[in-house]
Amino acid sequence: MQFEPVIGLEVHAQLSTNSKMFCSCANQFGSAPNDQVCPVCLGLPGALPKANHKAIEYAIMLGLATNCQIRFDSEFARKNYFYPDLPKAYQISQFDKPICEHGWVEIETKAGTKRIGITRIHMEEDAGKLVHEGQDPNASYVDLNRAGVPLLEIVSEPDIRNSEEAKAYMEKIHAYVTYLGICNGDMEKGNLRCDANVSIRPVGEPKFGTRTETKNLNSFRNVALAIDFEIARQTDAVLDGAKIVQETRLWDGNLNQSRSLRTKEDSHDYRYFPCPDLPVVRFTPGLVESLKAKLPELPDQKRDRFIQEYGLSHYDASLLTVNKAVSHYFEEATALGANAKAVTNWINGDMARLFNETKTQIEDSKITPAALAKMLARIEDGTISSKIAKTIFEGMFQTGKDPDQLIDEQGLRQVSDEGAIREAVMKVIAANPGQLAEYRSGKDRLFGFFVGQVMKETKGKGNPAVINQWVKELLDQG
Amino acid sequence: MKLYHTPIHLLHQQRQKGQVSTLEIAQAVVGRMQATEGQLHSFLSTYPDRALEAAKQADQKQAQGAQLGPLEGMPIAVKDIFAVPGTRTTCGSKYLENFVAPYESGVTGKLAEAGYGLVGKTNMDEFAMGSGTENSAFGPSKNPWDLSKVPGGSSGGSASAVAAGQALAAIGTDTGGSIRQPASFTGIVGIKPTYGRVSRWGMVAFASSLDQAGPMTQDVTDAALLLNAIAGFDPRDSTSAQEPATDFTARLGENLKGKKIGVIKELDLSVADPAVVKVFEANLELLKKAGAQIIEVSLPNIAHAVATYYVIAPCEASSNLGRYDGVRYGERSAEAKNLLELYEQSRDQGLGPEVKLRILLGTFALSAGYYDAYYLKALKVQNLIRAQYKAAFAQVDAIASPVSPTPAFGIGERAGDPLKNYLADAFTIPANLAGIPGISVPGGFAGQLPVGLQLLGEHFGETKLFSLAHAFERELDLQKPPLAL
Repeated sequence: MQFEPVIGLEVHAQLSTNSKMFCSCANQFGSAPNDQVCPVCLGLPGALPKANHKAIEYAIMLGLATNCQIRFDSEFARKNYFYPDLPKAYQISQFDKPICEHGWVEIETKAGTKRIGITRIHMEEDAGKLVHEGQDPNASYVDLNRAGVPLLEIVSEPDIRNSEEAKAYMEKIHAYVTYLGICNGDMEKGNLRCDANVSIRPVGEPKFGTRTETKNLNSFRNVALAIDFEIARQTDAVLDGAKIVQETRLWDGNLNQSRSLRTKEDSHDYRYFPCPDLPVVRFTPGLVESLKAKLPELPDQKRDRFIQEYGLSHYDASLLTVNKAVSHYFEEATALGANAKAVTNWINGDMARLFNETKTQIEDSKITPAALAKMLARIEDGTISSKIAKTIFEGMFQTGKDPDQLIDEQGLRQVSDEGAIREAVMKVIAANPGQLAEYRSGKDRLFGFFVGQVMKETKGKGNPAVINQWVKELLDQG
Repeated sequence: MKLYHTPIHLLHQQRQKGQVSTLEIAQAVVGRMQATEGQLHSFLSTYPDRALEAAKQADQKQAQGAQLGPLEGMPIAVKDIFAVPGTRTTCGSKYLENFVAPYESGVTGKLAEAGYGLVGKTNMDEFAMGSGTENSAFGPSKNPWDLSKVPGGSSGGSASAVAAGQALAAIGTDTGGSIRQPASFTGIVGIKPTYGRVSRWGMVAFASSLDQAGPMTQDVTDAALLLNAIAGFDPRDSTSAQEPATDFTARLGENLKGKKIGVIKELDLSVADPAVVKVFEANLELLKKAGAQIIEVSLPNIAHAVATYYVIAPCEASSNLGRYDGVRYGERSAEAKNLLELYEQSRDQGLGPEVKLRILLGTFALSAGYYDAYYLKALKVQNLIRAQYKAAFAQVDAIASPVSPTPAFGIGERAGDPLKNYLADAFTIPANLAGIPGISVPGGFAGQLPVGLQLLGEHFGETKLFSLAHAFERELDLQKPPLAL
């Protein structure tokens, strides 16, 4: 039997506001435990929340960018449950009146462009953190610095069908929040986190299967891995005749597998109700209009502009623009005169491969856009060949050195000097009389052999065009 | 008249004329407090030094020729639900027995700006849940008119303190009648202002959408003066109203001629004590005699007010009180061996039976499958009640009713009968549901026990309400029998 996975993602984006969602504590990562707390985020008796206007604006901005309807009577609600990292024993969130609803984003995969629906975007506060290493090995410690940090939860429609789409969707959400400048997007620091709802159904079946929710997906890679794991697990289970249990699962990024956290039976009843401490979130259509007018260029607009302005393919332009830093990198390099297509190929090719291999990203790159542009100029002006450029590029990637310095240090300057190349060709011909005779008796394909030998003789630095020219001339002479 | 039984506005006049010093006033009140506290138990903590110090400062300021505000140096009590730095804020709960808040409530911050002297923090039903201070984890307060009776609740300690002269005035809070009912039981004035009029910052929450702080005073003028001090927008409380500053004493001295006083057609007085009904009827007669018109108004949904309230308030309370979990402050069970036990034991040991009952009620009513039937329906009824009051206030200036169906009841008399207690809130609860102001003014006596008259006004109509209550107070000119101590 063939199965179709049905996937929906819940993405949590920490907003980069100066202060927390409901108090004036600094919203900052990395302070000493419980250094950024006050009566409000500690949940002390009598302390009251006050909604952060900036966070509301950020929510509206993301809603506008992702084609959502903005609600003018949005409401905060309490989500009640007990946990030591939740000081009030409820999280202020939104329930049936979220600030944004009914939107969509476009993703790009090898199969083409696809629209993924956004059910809702709502505002909420983050919880604190439990620390399990401390003075007393039998105790857990509570750090409430993160308690009250503003979050947007972005809930997708179950429109995603495989892990590639899921990853592309997550990357697209990352693109939106970073383009808008509302979230730092650093997944290692938990700025952007994701839970995946996965079910499978026989192909052609209109009804959804029983879904599971996998929590704690804090990288694009883990999103894809966890979804593949879950699809495989569910498929195996169904083929074995077992029933899928509705449950929450926790992803372990070290073991690359998930385990069951709790089933539906012991899931919380959150007893949502409107938060009586906070009035309905009121703002004018004028505010929405002015935020709309101030929106920066968004990923899809930039993609379309790249297609127009640089003649890139839809796919290439999507790849470049799904990451704001990459798109900046591209534009900086091309502004220095580098060929757009060449820059695209290097970024989406060797550079992407090296980032992947070294588990780094564009922010870590030692190659500046100016250095890349310079290297491309050296190919253009014949100083190095495209082949040698790969070596230089790797060197630049590892050391951050200037391409000219590397070319000189490693003596990789392309030889275009006709005299030197002619000499090398003559040497090769003289050393291979047998092949020469065969060539001259009609075995044309030996031409490549001679070119290769001359390349070897010039240690790869010979200008291929000049070598070709002289090999042809000298072989055909006799 | 004893200094400690003299309203603040009169004492203020006397000291401006040099007839008395503020220190003499404070000494009289502190002396009275110390002499009677053993019998009354109005307070959970007392601060005689603070009260005397504030009085000395007021005297010094006056000696330097400065004009004193009416509350400067005056010994005032505050319900133990307000955070005041350097004091314990127990909220009548064992859970918070040793809790000292590192912040100041909006109300006490404003009183401090007005120069008040904190004489003590008063006893109350645990988390303001109750009507006799019998649910205080630290034992009940006594009614100064009859020490075998409760002073009402939940602001019963504030009421007994003001009635007995242990403080010149006090602040209480009112979620379903907790200012007005104890005011009625102890023969003082108490007003629950419009919801949003007074900041809730630093006031321990019971039912956030209904809680409102207000003054409990010896007369109507003092109530207006105190509300002048504590009212106003507070940016820290998002439900605080952005109303312009008002002088609530502005219309004191007006008479009742032509004023329209509503009586509720659907008000069921058959549940009330005949002595209470008698006082109420006499009060209406007096209003008429003074030139007011008595007009019947219809509030058909008022019969559902108690049921509505006892869904909404416990729902909010069940959520508000989740934070008392033994993790960060307050009671923490020493025997707990794991997280679940820490929660269960800390809450079990720290919270009292009435509080647990209401948490259970609220948790149940908010549960999946019950939310629509209870909470959502209650909100709809609340909206109807609001609309009906609004319509009624298009016809009348105020609506009159008894405050409570009975005078003060005996300590222990209603133990184990929560429903009877809840139904006794029927006359006060509607004002909280509608968010409108309500004042309790002494209306007479049932034997030795005071009985109050309640007047309700429209949203932000406190100035008019004070004017009507003040005129009534003047017309009645109630002669009070002596206290029990």
